[in-house]
Amino acid sequence: MKRLLALGAAILTAAALAWAGSDDPAKTSGVPKPVITKAIKGEHCVEPNDFMRRNHMKVLLHQRDETVLDGIRTKKYSLKECINCHASEKTGSVAASKDDFCVSCHSYASVKIDCFDCHSTKPQGSMAMHPLNAETAHYAHKLAAQAHSKVSAEEMAGIAQ
Amino acid sequence: MNDMKSMPDNTLNSPERRRFIGTATAAAGVALIPGVMLFEVAHGRPEDQAVSSAVRWGMLIDATRCATGCDDCVSACSTENGWTPVAESQHPRQAPQWIRKLELQDPLTQKETNLPMLCQHCGDAPCIDVCPTGASFRRADGIVLVNRHTCIGCRYCMMACPYKARSLVHEPLNDTQKPDVPRGVGCVEACTFCVQKLDRGDGTTACAEACTAAGNDAILFGDMNDPDSAIAKRLRELPTKEVRADLNLDLSVRYHGI
Amino acid sequence: MASMTFREVEGSSLKYWMLFGGTGLFVLFGFLSYLYMHHHGHVVTGMDNQIVWGLPHVFAVFLIVAASGALNVASIASVFNKPMYKPLAPLSAILALALLLGGLLVLVLDLGRSDRLIVAMTHFNFMSMFTWNVFLYTGFFVLVGIYLWTMLDRNVKAYSKAAGTAAFIWRLTLTTGTGSLFGFLIARQLYGTAMLAPMFIIMSFAYGLAIYLMVLVAAYAWTGRPLGDAVMMRLKTLLAVFVAAVLYFVVVYHLTNLYFAKMGSAETFILRDGGILTTLFWVAQIAIGCVIPLVILLTGLGRQRSWIMIASALVILGGIAQMYVTIIGAQAYPLDLFPGMTVKSSFYDGVIHEYSPTMAEFFLGLGGVAIALLATIFGVKVLRLLPVNLDDATIAKLEH
Repeated sequence: MKRLLALGAAILTAAALAWAGSDDPAKTSGVPKPVITKAIKGEHCVEPNDFMRRNHMKVLLHQRDETVLDGIRTKKYSLKECINCHASEKTGSVAASKDDFCVSCHSYASVKIDCFDCHSTKPQGSMAMHPLNAETAHYAHKLAAQAHSKVSAEEMAGIAQ
Repeated sequence: MNDMKSMPDNTLNSPERRRFIGTATAAAGVALIPGVMLFEVAHGRPEDQAVSSAVRWGMLIDATRCATGCDDCVSACSTENGWTPVAESQHPRQAPQWIRKLELQDPLTQKETNLPMLCQHCGDAPCIDVCPTGASFRRADGIVLVNRHTCIGCRYCMMACPYKARSLVHEPLNDTQKPDVPRGVGCVEACTFCVQKLDRGDGTTACAEACTAAGNDAILFGDMNDPDSAIAKRLRELPTKEVRADLNLDLSVRYHGI
Repeated sequence: MASMTFREVEGSSLKYWMLFGGTGLFVLFGFLSYLYMHHHGHVVTGMDNQIVWGLPHVFAVFLIVAASGALNVASIASVFNKPMYKPLAPLSAILALALLLGGLLVLVLDLGRSDRLIVAMTHFNFMSMFTWNVFLYTGFFVLVGIYLWTMLDRNVKAYSKAAGTAAFIWRLTLTTGTGSLFGFLIARQLYGTAMLAPMFIIMSFAYGLAIYLMVLVAAYAWTGRPLGDAVMMRLKTLLAVFVAAVLYFVVVYHLTNLYFAKMGSAETFILRDGGILTTLFWVAQIAIGCVIPLVILLTGLGRQRSWIMIASALVILGGIAQMYVTIIGAQAYPLDLFPGMTVKSSFYDGVIHEYSPTMAEFFLGLGGVAIALLATIFGVKVLRLLPVNLDDATIAKLEH
């Protein structure tokens, strides 16, 4: 039902824009354009921008089923990685305020995002925020555990084997 | 993992030995950072490869070692998976609980037994049978999960589960979820055997780690299909039971001492 | 066979529009309750992780069961060739459709993710009784719709019997499916029995007919059309038979359970120790829903129309109570994971689960009833469903 509503809203918005555009070009400036902030890390996205703008939902959908059903957690099209790069510096989130990456475009296009009813909008901890450490961030707790536990010489020898 | 296999069998099941393996694996992981080899070492599954039925994750719970009053497994699960501990919840009757401690008593003999109860990850799961959309499913490696993308919140699985293992999320979570553990209002959820940890190669669950850390060693987790795994060996030695074995559901969680 | 004139209800009087508006108001309340529940989540209901199906399901299942039963009268006409029931059939069909619509809406609007209804329509697991029910409901709408069409359109009248028979078989299957929603559950002690499917069928006969009788009498009284006692006496005897059959099934079900030691404590919970549930069972379900209506219908009181109405109303109330005891009662009794042991936990293991429904759930359920009534009220206005005359002389002509 919501999808239908969203579709209806999108059509109405488009119609309104077309009407406003044909009638008086100045009026279009009244519609707030989405704020697209450059990702806080990395040089470029996993695919060219044009491709991602049109197809991000498709690659996410494909990845989502592979991850949930088959446990494939490759990083390229992972929602978590989107969030790692695109979370805003101000809010630390992709969907907390209206100018955040996902929200600003989606509200412009009047398309409801279903992701964040369940998914966190924020990257995982401070280590994940750093691109170099994104892959290894989940070992943080092990590093921490390592720091606390006393490792004997024998155990270290065991590791060496 | 290789050096674990080369060890003599008689040392494998002692708590000291297992704690040592944990430390050793962690240390090995640290030693190898950064590198793709990590996944090879810890799990043997490349990250772009689907899980397979060659592995069947399972849990052995030794009720004779489960300590009265200890709920470290429950807190560890709550911390790892981001659900609010029931004591802190404003709506305790509606709060999800992925794992809980049961205190049993035989009214005749007064014998008391403690054990954690969680999703039993049935091989023949009633929740999967009844789910209208197929959102409840069993992953190839034996983990029973809820696909929250297709869960419509009908709660038929909660009616069907003989273990009361599932909970509905009754209120919006307002972005308090862990990035690795999506959860959402209106969807049903349960223990996932810490699937996020298994997929990154930890090979164990938060509750099992916590139980070992507490020195009780009542929870042993591992691959039941691997005859050399600690759990497979222990299951061969120890008499274990399935809860409600009469239902014949082929459980992945076995109990000793019930 | 004598011809029979059907005509729409004029529906222009103030009384009609007041009825329409009053019912509409409850539909609105139901919708507002849904919005409230959907916005806040199920935290605003009395349902929790112990009582997972609550009052909305009581109403929804009652309406769905009653829908199948409301088709009774039409089935007697077409499948069993009783000419007297022919003029009564169209109302029976529209009522069946309306009740199913009401029940399904409640069921769907109670979903945790009701916004994902499209998922339920595109992803199917054929091991699930729920999935089969989705098809049974859809098929019921289609078949009863076609049946209604064959009754209203002279050009396709020849197919009426075939359509009626198909609808009859389908609705038996449908109620088997509804009963099996519970019958196929191994986890709960009071479910998991094949008894529930036939029991639900016989329950549907009783509830459906009781609703039919009340709607029929109200429609004829408020439109000033004649309705003879011949029709009423036949239908009230039928109702008595159905109610007696429900009572029989309930007795056999509980006696069987009582005989098995493993069911003993669950049965004593419902029959003796269940507090409000026990009261509902004995007072509402058995006394109000079965015994009193039987006394009314089988004694001289049953010759008076007002008493038949009272009996029908009691059957409906008793039916809702029976659904409550069936759905809530089975969940209130804790799961027995370790037979013979006492259990304690933070998750309410081993204790009787309390359930106090909130207004939101109650109005959502009532909204379903209101939708069913509204659809019927609208149906009789726009379609020729009701014969202008059902007095004894007209009925007598049909029989010869």
